[in-house]
Amino acid sequence: MNEAVVADTTRARKAWAVLATVLDPEVPALSLRDLGIVREVVDGGETLEVVLTPTYSGCPATEVISQSVIDAIDGAGLGPVRITMQRAPAWTTDWISDDGRRKLRDYGIAPPGPVMPGQGVPIRLVGRRAAVAVACPRCGSDQTEQLSAYGSTACKSLYRCVACREPFEHFKPI
Amino acid sequence: MTASIQIHRSLPQQYLLRLGDTCLILGQRLGEWCGHAPVLEEDIALTNMALDLIGQARALLTHAGRAQGFDEDQLAFLRDERDYLNPTLVELPNGPGRPGDFALTVQRNLMVATLLKLLWQKLADSSDAELAAIAGKAIKEARYHQQHAADWVVRLGDGTEESHRRSQDALNALWRYTPELFEADAVDDAAVASGLGPRWADVRADWAAEVGEVLAEAGLTIPAESPFRSSGKRGVHTEHMGYILAEMQQLQRAFPGGAW
Repeated sequence: MNEAVVADTTRARKAWAVLATVLDPEVPALSLRDLGIVREVVDGGETLEVVLTPTYSGCPATEVISQSVIDAIDGAGLGPVRITMQRAPAWTTDWISDDGRRKLRDYGIAPPGPVMPGQGVPIRLVGRRAAVAVACPRCGSDQTEQLSAYGSTACKSLYRCVACREPFEHFKPI
Repeated sequence: MTASIQIHRSLPQQYLLRLGDTCLILGQRLGEWCGHAPVLEEDIALTNMALDLIGQARALLTHAGRAQGFDEDQLAFLRDERDYLNPTLVELPNGPGRPGDFALTVQRNLMVATLLKLLWQKLADSSDAELAAIAGKAIKEARYHQQHAADWVVRLGDGTEESHRRSQDALNALWRYTPELFEADAVDDAAVASGLGPRWADVRADWAAEVGEVLAEAGLTIPAESPFRSSGKRGVHTEHMGYILAEMQQLQRAFPGGAW
């Protein structure tokens, strides 16, 4: 996503490759790169700087993610590394890669649809049936309904498939 | 080290603290539902919203304290009651008894989430780059909070006889604390002048329209205007504030610098 702005050194390129192996602790189907939270890798000569963006303001995994990046970069002999958290522009699920969406589906989590520009307008009063159909990651049916607006983590909501009767999680578009 | 910190309270700092303390104190109130909500899904929802609010509060308090060299924890845990500038609405208990009343919690969430969503929309263009960045993130979260609260306000208001009665009781209890949200003063004027952010009063019409739409759909009656004015944004709180701070601050006061 932001790979175009990488200070293009061998060390930075290697670091990007390493970051493709660091998994999100709460959705371990995805790497940090799949998730789109690695904004930049800058080879500052002495120190390698990895710029991350948080998913949610209160995401409790933020510290764990930073530490796993440090461990992975150090482990690959590319350190010392410094983590910078950068809030703007705000992370959006549109930055999850196509590969990441496929991995989510395979993992049993319905990937987020595109973030709708209409999210800024007055409240939609929706019932339990979602305004936009979320396809079941198991059987593909779009006959699904929301059970809960929130799930096991801040980024997901709970659904169930009316066709195959299986419950599943949906990665919320934000 | 257990002593309270003395903050300077410049006008822009007060503006940031009003926002940060609104998130902090409502986050604490929603956290009280952990393990006690009517159903598991709502337990998860309320605590996830608390998490978002605490995350927003952390960013705002970090920013508000930077100029004076205070960190987020010092501002959250070592201020005296009068230095908390949240509107009174968010410090009120979740309802009678413990853990409180779910109808009241979702009514208040609708009021506060609508306010914050409208403020974040304007704050995303703040002249303060850090505040604009916090707003750009928080608005996505506030939209979900508002949606969640609106769904429940309609479901309960337009539900059974008991859920309707308790929803109307909750609305009656909370409504007189809403005018305070939109009282403009020197803090707001300075924020407008510097481009830091809008007067909270500037979002009043949109707030009334959005909240009114949901309440109408829920079949609830908006209470008559009351001359009563609460004053939490100026640091003058209800008796409930001392209890909530005692619970929040006890650990840091007893074990200064304690961490895990």
